[in-house]
Amino acid sequence: MSSAMLELILMATLDTLYMVGVSGLVAAALGVPLGVLLYVTRPRQILAMPTLNTALGMITNIGRSIPFIILMVAIIPFTRFIVGSSIGTNAAIVPLTLAAIPFVARLVEGALNEVPPGLVEAAQSMGATPYQIITKVLLPEARGGIITGLTITAVTLVSYSAMAGAVGGGGLGDLGIRYGYNRFNPVVMLITVAILVVMVQGFQSLGDALVRKADHK
Amino acid sequence: MITLENISKTYGKGPQAVHALKPTDLHVAQGEIYGVIGLSGAGKSTLIRCVNLLERPTTGRIFVDGQELTSLGRQELNQARHRIGMIFQHFNLLASRTVFDNVALPLELMGVAKREIRERVQPLLDLTGLSDKHAKYPAELSGGQKQRVAIARALASRPKVLLCDEATSALDPQTTQSILELLKDINRKLGLTILLITHEMEVVKSICHKVGLISGGKLVEEAEVGDFFTSPSTRLGREFLNAFLELDPPQALIDRMEARPGPHTHPVVRLAFTGDAVSTPLISRLARECNVDVSILEAKVESIQERTLGLMIAELIGPQEKTQQALAYLKSHDLQVEVLGHVQRNA
Ligand SMILES: Nc1ncnc2c1ncn2[C@@H]1O[C@H](COP(=O)(O)OP(=O)(O)OP(=O)(O)O)[C@@H](O)[C@H]1O
Ligand SMILES: [Mg+2]
Repeated sequence: MSSAMLELILMATLDTLYMVGVSGLVAAALGVPLGVLLYVTRPRQILAMPTLNTALGMITNIGRSIPFIILMVAIIPFTRFIVGSSIGTNAAIVPLTLAAIPFVARLVEGALNEVPPGLVEAAQSMGATPYQIITKVLLPEARGGIITGLTITAVTLVSYSAMAGAVGGGGLGDLGIRYGYNRFNPVVMLITVAILVVMVQGFQSLGDALVRKADHK
Repeated sequence: MITLENISKTYGKGPQAVHALKPTDLHVAQGEIYGVIGLSGAGKSTLIRCVNLLERPTTGRIFVDGQELTSLGRQELNQARHRIGMIFQHFNLLASRTVFDNVALPLELMGVAKREIRERVQPLLDLTGLSDKHAKYPAELSGGQKQRVAIARALASRPKVLLCDEATSALDPQTTQSILELLKDINRKLGLTILLITHEMEVVKSICHKVGLISGGKLVEEAEVGDFFTSPSTRLGREFLNAFLELDPPQALIDRMEARPGPHTHPVVRLAFTGDAVSTPLISRLARECNVDVSILEAKVESIQERTLGLMIAELIGPQEKTQQALAYLKSHDLQVEVLGHVQRNA
């Protein structure tokens, strides 16, 4: 294989990591608070606000039910507005992030739901404020579950980013389609798939290791 | 120290409403250990959770240490809760924190400085016998150790009142005793007022000064523990006591027992002696003076704190007028007499 080809593969790998990394980080930064909000505003929860909760829940569900490929196309004007272009890795990050936020939020909400209600009650009996309950009880106790959720998100983003690549997003998906499929180069195709597998494997192992460290159960 | 005034709690509305707690008054004096006992669903948890307003009562007022909690705003209530410790049946420790950090939690919530936290947590770990466990996580501890951590945590903010919601119900009898000893110790050393709820008479007997019996959301009986164990005044109280003492006539006798006396029956009685009656040779006198035979079926002596309680199940054997006389004689003395039934002679 030519060194030019190797360089292409390397660049595409870095592009994928970049897309997954940025969209993952932004989605975590927005999705975790949204997940917390979804949980604490539930009826009978520490900041019960049923109307807000229903509204947030609906928005989250809508976000989650739109197929990624449609979302990507549908928000092209918005993407162009944010990054000034609708193709390339930066442009792919916008729909990736948007798709991942509700995904993260629901997983975080689920992780918080696993915290025994007795712990919140104990904190309340100690005079904890809702903010203290979130930062000192809910988030630390759900840490393992939240990391698991973020790992799932990262893995999902790897496959979504490959999809984004197919419509001009760059990265491994793009490479695989252009060289592997269009020019019928099975070696490149296999290599890109192999790298994706290794990447997913890597995220999963990293996530598992972090969960093990976070959990003392 | 704790006063509940006309407290009631209703869950839900309309036909589905559950009146978990009917209007109730309760007073716990400074330094007292007050036990609330009752069957499952009687409203014990509801009652204790109302004290620190984990549950908002539907009616009534709550005073702790002279402060009316029911009139406080959110912030003031949180301040007041710093002076009320609480422990739970399932310990409710944070799995993500070490023993030390669990005990430190209430202090962190109060905004106590790190250095002072260190100085305050260590003595609590000593007091609860956890010094060598400070770096362990709850998952590495036994149930009894977890409850010790919970107790240390509840004491960290130097509360005046400790609420215990079935604190020993998840523990084996031996561990229960050691936790009860610890609570007694704390009550003595720190002068802490303790309100506890339980469904175990053993707990009441071991550490409480006063006991309240709750049934169907109502406080139906309230007494000094010594009095409650010697002469409960309600039927439910007697049932609790009998179940605890496990003093029932043998099954074979129960099968033969009739509710009403017949021409050829003799009574089976349960006698509870307290005070002077314990040391008086009453039974031999009874036999002599009333000319009846007394057949003792079962007997035991319990010591309830400083008091002694003697219990006996016996058949009074003799002609009807003699046994009637014997009953009257027993009743005229300082002891509880309960006729359980009547059995046929020579059956
Ligand atoms: N949140 C709630 N909503 C509706 N009903 C409730 C609620 N909490 C308690 N109850 C009802 O109130 C009654 C009293 O419950 P409570 O938990 O106080 O009983 P308890 O004496 O503590 O019983 P146990 O010994 O089983 O813990 C029960 O009939 C229960 O079903
Ligand atoms: Mg209960």
